[in-house]
Amino acid sequence: MLDALHAEWTKLRTISGPAWLLVGVVALTIGVGVAAVGATHCPAGTQCPVDPAKLSLTGIQFGQAVVAILAVLTICNEYSTGMIRVTLAAMPRREVVFGAKAIVVTGLVLVAAALAVLGSVLAGHLILPAHGFTAARGFHTSLSYGPNLRAAIGSVLYLGLIALLSLGIAAMVRDSAVSIGAVLGLLYIFPIFLAFVTNTTWQHRLERWTPTNAGLTIEDTTGLHSLAISPWDGLGVLAIWAGAALLAGGLALRLRDA
Amino acid sequence: MTTHAISMQRAGAGADADAGRAGFGWLLRSEWTKFRTVRGWVIGMIVAGILTVFFGLFIAGNNNTACGSPGGRQLTGKACLPYIPHGPGGEVVTDSFNFAHQPLTGNGTITVRVISLTGEHADITGGHAARVGSGLMPGLAAWSKAGIIIKQSLHQGSAYAAMMVTGSNGVRMQYNYTGDTAGLPGKVSAASPRWLRLTRSGDTITGYDSADGTHWTQVGTVTLTGLPTTVQVGLFATSPTYYVTNRSFGGNSNQGGPSQATGAFDDVTVSGTPARAKWDDTAVGGGGPAGSGPGGPAGAPSGFTKAGGTYTVTGSGDIAPATPGPGSNYPTATLEQSLVGAFIGLIAIVVVAAMFFTAEYRRGLIRTTLAATPRRGAVLAAKAIVAGGVAFVVGLVASTIAIAIGDHLETEHGLVVLPVSVLTEIRVVVGTAAMLAVAAVFAVALGAVLRRSAAAITIAVVTVVLPFLLATLNVFPSGVGNWLLRVTPAAGLAIEQSIPNYRQVASAINPAMGYYPLSPYAGFAVICAWAAAALALAVYVLRRRDA
Repeated sequence: MLDALHAEWTKLRTISGPAWLLVGVVALTIGVGVAAVGATHCPAGTQCPVDPAKLSLTGIQFGQAVVAILAVLTICNEYSTGMIRVTLAAMPRREVVFGAKAIVVTGLVLVAAALAVLGSVLAGHLILPAHGFTAARGFHTSLSYGPNLRAAIGSVLYLGLIALLSLGIAAMVRDSAVSIGAVLGLLYIFPIFLAFVTNTTWQHRLERWTPTNAGLTIEDTTGLHSLAISPWDGLGVLAIWAGAALLAGGLALRLRDA
Repeated sequence: MTTHAISMQRAGAGADADAGRAGFGWLLRSEWTKFRTVRGWVIGMIVAGILTVFFGLFIAGNNNTACGSPGGRQLTGKACLPYIPHGPGGEVVTDSFNFAHQPLTGNGTITVRVISLTGEHADITGGHAARVGSGLMPGLAAWSKAGIIIKQSLHQGSAYAAMMVTGSNGVRMQYNYTGDTAGLPGKVSAASPRWLRLTRSGDTITGYDSADGTHWTQVGTVTLTGLPTTVQVGLFATSPTYYVTNRSFGGNSNQGGPSQATGAFDDVTVSGTPARAKWDDTAVGGGGPAGSGPGGPAGAPSGFTKAGGTYTVTGSGDIAPATPGPGSNYPTATLEQSLVGAFIGLIAIVVVAAMFFTAEYRRGLIRTTLAATPRRGAVLAAKAIVAGGVAFVVGLVASTIAIAIGDHLETEHGLVVLPVSVLTEIRVVVGTAAMLAVAAVFAVALGAVLRRSAAAITIAVVTVVLPFLLATLNVFPSGVGNWLLRVTPAAGLAIEQSIPNYRQVASAINPAMGYYPLSPYAGFAVICAWAAAALALAVYVLRRRDA
């Protein structure tokens, strides 16, 4: 297993693409977060139904797309270049190869996500109080506030789970274009449907059981009693999606010819 | 172009025609052949169409309304709908107000002095849910209104023209639900009253306002075709659903509750009709004081009193076009709500369109293609036209089916699908297809620039879908969301908006309700500009780089 990890690490670190994508995750997440908090003001005397943690972490919505690209390309580039045959000839135990890829990619994503989330939360902490979101008015921007810490740690894990979900789908689909299309559809379509559905039964189902709607409840720090699913349970739902995708991807890799 | 190049093109096109006709037409034909002979791409486009229809209908079919008294018989769907009035222009309207009126035969004039506009609204301070029945607190909605009106009849939806004072929009002249002209600004009070006048001459009604009763300004004039000889003229007051002022923060957290407005008038004169001291009081469309309508307490106070020369009229409701979203009195739906599936169709189309170019690099086919046609810009143009054309046809078929069936489903499920003109309907359907086509061209160009499908697809999808999503979620203040919907490719979705942003109806600019900050064609121009910029960059890059 260590050899497999070492091999996958070497593959990833010796081409420039993954490094740039990881930089992209950090830069895009923080950049969008800074823009979001920078554009939001709460003038004195008005009601501002804003969740400071969720607002600071707006960039995650963009960063997850870059994470998906990285994860999808890690698998699909092997197929498009034919490298997969060399890889599997060297390491015939396919589940080990797949596991090693998942560990290396997710590890790197977690590191980038930690930087991205820290930067975003820090930007919120520095900018939001000056824009009227002060502790005196009930807004908490510091990581020492329990729910904020949970939102930050949870968002890092969220991006890790998105990487695993993307890896699983890519292993099933093999083609990078179709894989990324499927992942983006899974990530962005359900929140859009949620905005249109007025049937409360379906609203509730979409909020509880779809990967992004449920997973991103981990960022909620206000109005917790009205959430359709509790934050950690929501992240758990995403973990189920990621686990199912990994399982299906692993089986596809094992059962099909490369 | 060399003979060699022509023969290669012809081989690619699999056609036999005059060598002299070689040109862009042949290039198009060879690209079309490439497209239609890759089974995955054809399947991808068909899947795009099916997903667009399926998810559009799923959303349309899952909206259901229910009603009925507690413990009583429960009704669903169409049975729940009240009478839906239509205005003279065919649009669905809200027409509920309290009306102190007299008949007016032939030409005439009504003049009044408004000395106050006061009101009450549901107590929803603190952003908590409306506690209906928990009592009202003093205050006006922005479009609470009271004034004078000349109306064809007492029927809901009949033609009218009115002069009014409003909660925070000054004096207005409004007519036939959609018309709205501003008069004197500022709030009305005993210290600064407003004189209002309406004059009927045949079918033409002219509105005037004045701050002192001697210097009059004409606010507007309107022709109400087919106005009968005898019309109803009088004083009215009404007030729409009150919303907490978080309009600056998107639409989803809007909390609304009932409100009512009271206008106080004196110096009321009606000329041109046989003088009549008696005023009738009618709550048109149940528009009496808040809570006096169906379901309200019996024996609610009358909305009209006359003491000495002072008249007061109290009413609730609105005289305005019905709009999508929570501002309306009916469960409304827009035409374009059946097109929500186009988002997932868009993803499938973008995937195929990006691959249409990047696959050339993966298989090395690009070298053959460029050897056959050294004009690289022409190759790109041909690919863009083929991908855009296929996307347009798929989008046109899918959106036609989705709207035809979706509207039917929504009507069956008890929603009022707001009617629009045939031209608007065509613009929505064709515009959706055109938007998908432009997104496909955008993806082809990005594929040519980046050569990598994953990155090209992600950029094309994220720049269209994510701004829309962020604007509908309640994370941003709506100012930021509107800005995103103006400058990103997501602006193109505005082509689907079927109901205009009526300024006389308070509604948050939320794209999920069908509102976009840009006009349909301006928004469409924005996504076209993005596609054109990507194409220009692609031409530049293709010419500069070795294939």
